[in-house]
Amino acid sequence: MGLKIDPDLWIDGAQPQLMGGKLPSGEIVFPMPVGDAAEGVEPYKLSRRGKLWSWTSQGFLPKEPYEGPGSGPGEGPPDFQPFLLGYVELPGEVIVESRIVDARLEDLHLGMDLEFCIVPFNATHDTFAFRPVAQQESQAA
Amino acid sequence: MSENVYIIGAGIHPFGRTDGRSGREQGVYAVREALGDAGLDWPDIECAYGGSAAAGNADIMVNELGLTSLPFTNVANGCATGGSALAASQQAIASGMYDLALAVGFDKHPRGAFNAKPSDYGLPEWYGQTGMMLTTQFFALKIQRYMQLHGISRTTLGRVAEKAFRNGTITPHAWRRSPVDLETIMNAPMINDPLTKYMFCSPAEGAVALILASEKKMKELGADGVKIRSVAVKTRPPNSFEVFQAGVSIEEGGKPTVLASKAAFEKAGVGPEDIGVAQLQDTESGAEIMHMAENGFCKDGDQEEWLANGWTEIGGGKLPVNTDGGCLACGEPVGASGLRQVYENVQQLRQRGGERQVTGQNGKGPRFGYSHVYGAPGLSAVAILERE
Repeated sequence: MGLKIDPDLWIDGAQPQLMGGKLPSGEIVFPMPVGDAAEGVEPYKLSRRGKLWSWTSQGFLPKEPYEGPGSGPGEGPPDFQPFLLGYVELPGEVIVESRIVDARLEDLHLGMDLEFCIVPFNATHDTFAFRPVAQQESQAA
Repeated sequence: MSENVYIIGAGIHPFGRTDGRSGREQGVYAVREALGDAGLDWPDIECAYGGSAAAGNADIMVNELGLTSLPFTNVANGCATGGSALAASQQAIASGMYDLALAVGFDKHPRGAFNAKPSDYGLPEWYGQTGMMLTTQFFALKIQRYMQLHGISRTTLGRVAEKAFRNGTITPHAWRRSPVDLETIMNAPMINDPLTKYMFCSPAEGAVALILASEKKMKELGADGVKIRSVAVKTRPPNSFEVFQAGVSIEEGGKPTVLASKAAFEKAGVGPEDIGVAQLQDTESGAEIMHMAENGFCKDGDQEEWLANGWTEIGGGKLPVNTDGGCLACGEPVGASGLRQVYENVQQLRQRGGERQVTGQNGKGPRFGYSHVYGAPGLSAVAILERE
């Protein structure tokens, strides 16, 4: 396991969870606000299961401050690894933007079941992602 | 009761790439064009508003234009810089304080996608570090969901780009002046699914200047003016879905474009059916499609039929959209882009559109022109012009 891309972004454990915030109004937000904006906001462990709300592919090397493959010293576009990303609706909570892993672009569809996971991001850091729930498990859920 | 405001001069520096000329110099060029168009000299201008996103402050232009001591306010409002400069100069005249004002926008961006710093937008660093802070992704994510919900096909995305490049071929100030066929657009490298390379606009260079006048001044000068019926600028309402959002509310919220559009129509006292030509923010093909509905010109999903039938073409039957090729053919110099849309409507309403002129119902050009700009972090500006 690498270092976390942000120490407060998710809580570790056998079942890691992304951290959001609960506003005094009861509304759930992501990410957990920081600084003065955090006043009155309770840290809130977000659901590990969600449904795909939208998606796209990232086919070219992003500019700074991107720190993934292709961004390092002496690296360039040939070192870039295209990835998928999207928005995942966590029912009753909030819609979060995330990497999507273990899936092909053509498999993605609106409302598909996804689960939270932690994945390697670069040589030193891990980040969070969502991946498709295995089909049998999805039907049972 | 506020004063009526007219645009009596419009100038543009061609969009695209102009090596050896700074963004500000392109701005000065556009101001001189606008002055010439209005038959005025720089000392006649009483106040000015303008800016750029990446090419420096506008007020420095007095070095080249002349040290006339006029108040010159810098506008730094991202993609809405032009819209905000227009709104400010319109208010300066509507208030009765001034009779002649300048609105100017210019820019010069490096090649490739815009890069943004998370801290500038109040976002955590990880959002940028992990490659999720790209405007192109937002537009792809927004149109992907829209296509699923409203039955818009990939071909329709391609048709928007094909029209833009076709209109660019007949527009002297456009950057992309060669046609690109539908097949090439559809088979081009994918940037962010479902949007290919030709479906995105590129950062570019260019400048636009507009000279605004009170009714009294316009008559005194005997100038050829186009009336500003309304200008509306709106930032995002609660629960909206905008560029650079790591989290989105599960409650479906409003849209800044819908708010700005409604406010502009209400203030102008006209409706979408009255508009004869429209310039809608087309950062990419999907944006034009969604903005057709958000601005009230059609229902969600109807764009499929509109594009298949060519109803947004010049002379296409319903509403010509982005007659100068829009951002797709002109590129997007952020500070100038919103004013380019207004410039194009001024040309169309004055029947100076040349090959791309919209005929209008009586063959006298359109009576009402509509422009809409959208940008980060979720704001829209709409202007409705009238040929009296």
